Amino acid sequence: MSEVSSGMRVVPDQLQGRWLKFFKSWEALLLVVALAVFAINSFASPYFLDAWNLSDATFNFTEKAMIAFAMALLIISGEIDLSVASIMALASTAMGYMVQQGFGTPVLVLTGLFVGLACGMFNGFLVTRLNLPSIVATIGTMSLFRGLSFVVLGDKAYTGYPADFAYFGQGYVWWVFSFELLLFAIAAIVFAIILHRTSFGRTVYAIGNNPVAALFSGVRVVRVKFILFMLTGLMSGIAAICLTSRLGSTRPSLAFGWELEIVTMVVLGGVNILGGSGSIPGVIISAFILGMVTFGFGLLNVPGIVMSIFVGLLLIGVIALPILFQRAFARKGS
Amino acid sequence: MRVSQITKSRELILALALIALIGLISIRFSSFASPKSLINVFNDTSILIILALGQMVVIVTRCIDLSMASNLALSGMIVAMINSAMPGVPIIALLVVAICAGIIMGAFNGILVWKLDIPPIVVTLGTLTIYRGIIFLLTNGEWINAHEMSEMFKAVPRAVILGLPALSWFALFITAIMVVIVNRTPVGRAFFAVGGNPNAAVYTGIDVGYTRFVAFVISGGLSGLAGYLWVSRYAVAYVDIAGGFELDIVAACVIGGISIAGGIGTVSGAVLGALFLGVIKNALPVVNISPFWQLAISGTAIIVAVAFNARSERQQGRVILKKAEQTS
Repeated sequence: MSEVSSGMRVVPDQLQGRWLKFFKSWEALLLVVALAVFAINSFASPYFLDAWNLSDATFNFTEKAMIAFAMALLIISGEIDLSVASIMALASTAMGYMVQQGFGTPVLVLTGLFVGLACGMFNGFLVTRLNLPSIVATIGTMSLFRGLSFVVLGDKAYTGYPADFAYFGQGYVWWVFSFELLLFAIAAIVFAIILHRTSFGRTVYAIGNNPVAALFSGVRVVRVKFILFMLTGLMSGIAAICLTSRLGSTRPSLAFGWELEIVTMVVLGGVNILGGSGSIPGVIISAFILGMVTFGFGLLNVPGIVMSIFVGLLLIGVIALPILFQRAFARKGS
Repeated sequence: MRVSQITKSRELILALALIALIGLISIRFSSFASPKSLINVFNDTSILIILALGQMVVIVTRCIDLSMASNLALSGMIVAMINSAMPGVPIIALLVVAICAGIIMGAFNGILVWKLDIPPIVVTLGTLTIYRGIIFLLTNGEWINAHEMSEMFKAVPRAVILGLPALSWFALFITAIMVVIVNRTPVGRAFFAVGGNPNAAVYTGIDVGYTRFVAFVISGGLSGLAGYLWVSRYAVAYVDIAGGFELDIVAACVIGGISIAGGIGTVSGAVLGALFLGVIKNALPVVNISPFWQLAISGTAIIVAVAFNARSERQQGRVILKKAEQTS
């Protein structure tokens, strides 16, 4: 009996060591990219190294990153949620409807959170109870949620949000630090703790590596996945509150195409798209990289679509380069 | 034997659902089921059919191609630019150019998947933005409008041959070719072998990476063809054409019963799935429902279709187990 338990203890230790090494090298690579982006930006434009400009730049990634943290956990567990941007649109539409009914800020916030959570639960229901592949189920709900938003709003928009609602997207906590940046930091810490310091986080990795083995080891796979979908929905609701407050209006096309940007952010952050590995620090760095690239190119008047080429190349390059290097070294070795 | 029966019945059910849908609409709006109107619906769905067939082979090999709409837009822009600069170039040459451009982009996806083992969803997520970005670099965001295209360029998809527009003939022709490739060639069988069980495929002597590469080349070539058809049909080319269409293509495949887990799918399924979306899209204005409902309805259709497919796939698993029990 003791032999078995000691044997069992050895295996995860080895795995953990190997993973940690991998994460470190990946994060190091990302940090180099981040520093390079930062340095190139500050050489290219004299306006880059300005506290207020940099503070404005954080709005490029805070909302997406909040969802990206939850998405990272989901992808590590071997699932994906492509409906996050549509959840944002639906949550924002519901908030706009509540404004029309004359409700104040507390109700709006609760509405946003509730709709996000409910959408996440619906996704979780489809994937865990009906056993649908998440990529297809969430492509379906992606159309459904945004479709509902279009049904309610058509080509119109909700405006007229109360003045105190603007704080979430436009308020500053202290000096140049916005409320959104604070939320981003809190979300980063909370998700880092969940993933790296709790048994729940360990089960997320276990499920991503081998759901069947995890199930037989006593992990409640279905429940964990359901919770992860709920979390992703909830974070989408929070992001919707921030974005709606920042824009001050709701259109059905809100956050259109963000799902792919968020997945890009997660994958660039070193999360294996096939599940099983990844870390929150990696996602944080990749959020900064993407935000700084967008902002730096913006200062240089580079059109958004050219930035997207760069992001696409970055996504493929960052994944392809280590593989190419590895092969080059392997050939030298043999 | 048993497996083919299930897949056949699935296509049959989808076809019946399609007929029921058309019947339901024509109860109140009898003109919808008239041959002329149905030809219109088919013609309007032709491009989606062509693209869904390309996506189908990719999905069958356990991959996914999210770059098809961007590939379409770039190929379409290339031929539109050639046409506006040199109106004399014959259309057949432009077709070849469009297909080749598409093949090159598809091959790029395929090589990254084959040689570097990068997950296809990551590769095509990247090339989705890259290909569309290249259009901007080529054009600086300018549009190519109808008056800059030659008459011949715009006339080809509209030319009526034997009562059907050429666009529909393209869809029928591609469907026929794909039936042959998928059902009657070694590479067609390899698609299913690779998707059904990549490890077993290796042991039977199939090069998994190369087979996936071929699938991406096919989806790329069909995207290129669709690029010319799209641009000439709508007589306009700009950066954002077919934006977001990549998910419609996946939706058509999913509704058509093609399993996202690979190994399962038929040509008729892809065609029927595309037609299902096409009928919904064309029926909404007829039935006087706001077109804003379209997205919500196709989303529901996808979820229902996947839930249905998931059930029949599970049945298939049980049957195999029973057989194994009996033989052992």
